Amino acid sequence: MELEILLQIAGSSLRLATPLLLACLAGLYSERAGIFDIGLEGKMLAAAFMAGAVAAVTGSAWVGLLAGIAASMVLSLIHGLASITLKGNQLISGVAINFLASGLTALVGQNWFHQGGQTPQLTAGGRFLALELPLTETLAPIPVIGPIYQHLISGHNILVYLALAAVPATWWVLFRTRFGLRLRAVGENPGAVDTAGISVVRLRYAAVLICGLLCGIAGAYLSTGMAAGFVREMTAGKGFIALAALIFAKWRPWPALGACLLFGFLEAIGIRYQGITIGSIVIPVQFMQALPYILTVVILAGFVGKAVPPKAGGRPYVKER
Amino acid sequence: MNTSLPRWVDLGLIPALNLTLAFLVAGLVVVFIGENPVQALRFLVVGSLGSSYGIGFTLFYATTFVFTGLSVAIAFHAGLFNIGGEGQAALGGIGATLVCLAVPWPHWTLALPFALLGAGLFGAAWAFLPGYLQAKRGSHVVITTIMFNFIASALVVYLLVNVMKVPGSMSPETRNFAPGTHLPFMHEMLGAIGITVAKTPMNLSALLALLAAFLTWVLIWRTRLGYEMRAFGFSEPAAVYAGIDPVKITVIAMVLSGAMAGMMALNVVMGFQHRLVLDYVGGAGFVGIAVSLMGRSHPLGVVLAAILFGILYQGGAELAFEMPNISREMIVVIQALVILFTGALENLVRIPMQRLFARSRTRAA
Repeated sequence: MELEILLQIAGSSLRLATPLLLACLAGLYSERAGIFDIGLEGKMLAAAFMAGAVAAVTGSAWVGLLAGIAASMVLSLIHGLASITLKGNQLISGVAINFLASGLTALVGQNWFHQGGQTPQLTAGGRFLALELPLTETLAPIPVIGPIYQHLISGHNILVYLALAAVPATWWVLFRTRFGLRLRAVGENPGAVDTAGISVVRLRYAAVLICGLLCGIAGAYLSTGMAAGFVREMTAGKGFIALAALIFAKWRPWPALGACLLFGFLEAIGIRYQGITIGSIVIPVQFMQALPYILTVVILAGFVGKAVPPKAGGRPYVKER
Repeated sequence: MNTSLPRWVDLGLIPALNLTLAFLVAGLVVVFIGENPVQALRFLVVGSLGSSYGIGFTLFYATTFVFTGLSVAIAFHAGLFNIGGEGQAALGGIGATLVCLAVPWPHWTLALPFALLGAGLFGAAWAFLPGYLQAKRGSHVVITTIMFNFIASALVVYLLVNVMKVPGSMSPETRNFAPGTHLPFMHEMLGAIGITVAKTPMNLSALLALLAAFLTWVLIWRTRLGYEMRAFGFSEPAAVYAGIDPVKITVIAMVLSGAMAGMMALNVVMGFQHRLVLDYVGGAGFVGIAVSLMGRSHPLGVVLAAILFGILYQGGAELAFEMPNISREMIVVIQALVILFTGALENLVRIPMQRLFARSRTRAA
């Protein structure tokens, strides 16, 4: 019984951590290349809307996913144009993208479906459903291992596994390929990369587009994986929490997984235990809801060691003349 | 290449062109939705400026945006991007409400200074921690203030539902303030001197907002503190080298910024609603970002930009009524486009301008 509850919480943590993880890795590529991105939230929201809307119209979750990725990448290109080509302020661009996504999803959503900004409830084909991995039935009777396999390892949708696979993939790309080396270099010392005859602009655009791709998957997961349709403002600050997780993880892929699982766990606890009583003190629901945000502040306050961002982060690269 | 531009181009032409671009794109969005943008613009202008009723509402909204816009501008001068106006204003509402409910005020002239203090202190307190954490621990103020917005929202819900609600009532709002705290409405004030205008929520706070804009100008350009803030915002290492304490400036700038955001409560809570309702801020804190960017963080620019956004808010409400296809979120889209074009994509216009003027200068020489 105890094990079952534990496994349910663990499974739900994993599902809640998935969008954070995808967004966190998205930010990792962008920030490692020296482009700060506080527009993760907006990109996810736009992707969630497009994925939900297109999946509702076509009945296919996969087409929805592609539409979500496309929406997110368009916003990425705007961010790239502002912060790479036009050397504008990256924070302001990110804020603008967040508002743009918030306004457009509500406006277009209301116009398209007339359901108060929501997309229609998705049917089975329009969603990414939980997969049952092979051998679940076979292993089920075995104590401990059976339930763990059934509830924690099996039983998630494909995007959850994709997000998990993206962690080693990101590590490999960043630390074991030439592209990754250059990408990291461009975030630390773009002048050196330029001197070596490699295009800073192209590398940074590549990073920003990968960021858009991952945010797109994260958004699609929200509306077609976790929920059955888009709801207004459904990202609810997840993009910012992902950024905090990124700082917590000190811009490294494996710690990012840990940080996102921690935030997922907190959210899972908050959802499961709406009112906790400790002794005679009742902890209000609102406190549980605010907990991930409070923890984000605590983590950012650096009570977990100093986080040093990529050196050239946030600054546009101006070629010497 | 000499990249300096004449003042009128820098402060007049470029913002005007950026704004035009933002509105052109907004017009495209309207076309995409399937409505006539020219017709939409007509509804917007007539709804906001076509009557004393419309103008009163426009200036009521503008008053709020002056406070939140100045809030962003003050922090901006010190190089800080305070996105927490929404949460700071929410807390300011709590502060003003506590003052108004705690004492049976005989007259608003007595209540006003204390409510001002309450709103300002609560708003400042909510900005203090992000400022302090940025200065001391290096946690970026952009993310912490966003987090504080979420935390403030949860806190206000808790307070309104569990503590400050009228006992037995279902709706999460406080009881009405005593009439002794109500700020005079503009139509009452103008009526007293013989001018009849329509009844609108516009109140005395509009004048307070102008005063706040003036005081902000004095602070930024006529005091030592303001000089230190600008120096710090311009170049942190240089300011530190000159003996300016970075912790002090960061914290003071954030606290002043938060206080300014909190004071919007005077306009909405004390001047109009006369009670605290859930989410009374309604996005005004975020509008402040667009207002400040558009106004170039100059108090006069902020006032003008606030009036423009007042027009958008009031006109947008009328527009949503006339053209149901264009919901109120259109305002958020316009706001985003204004931030995008006047803030992030500013160089879209600036770089060609610089080329143009550099060329004409070489030709003249």
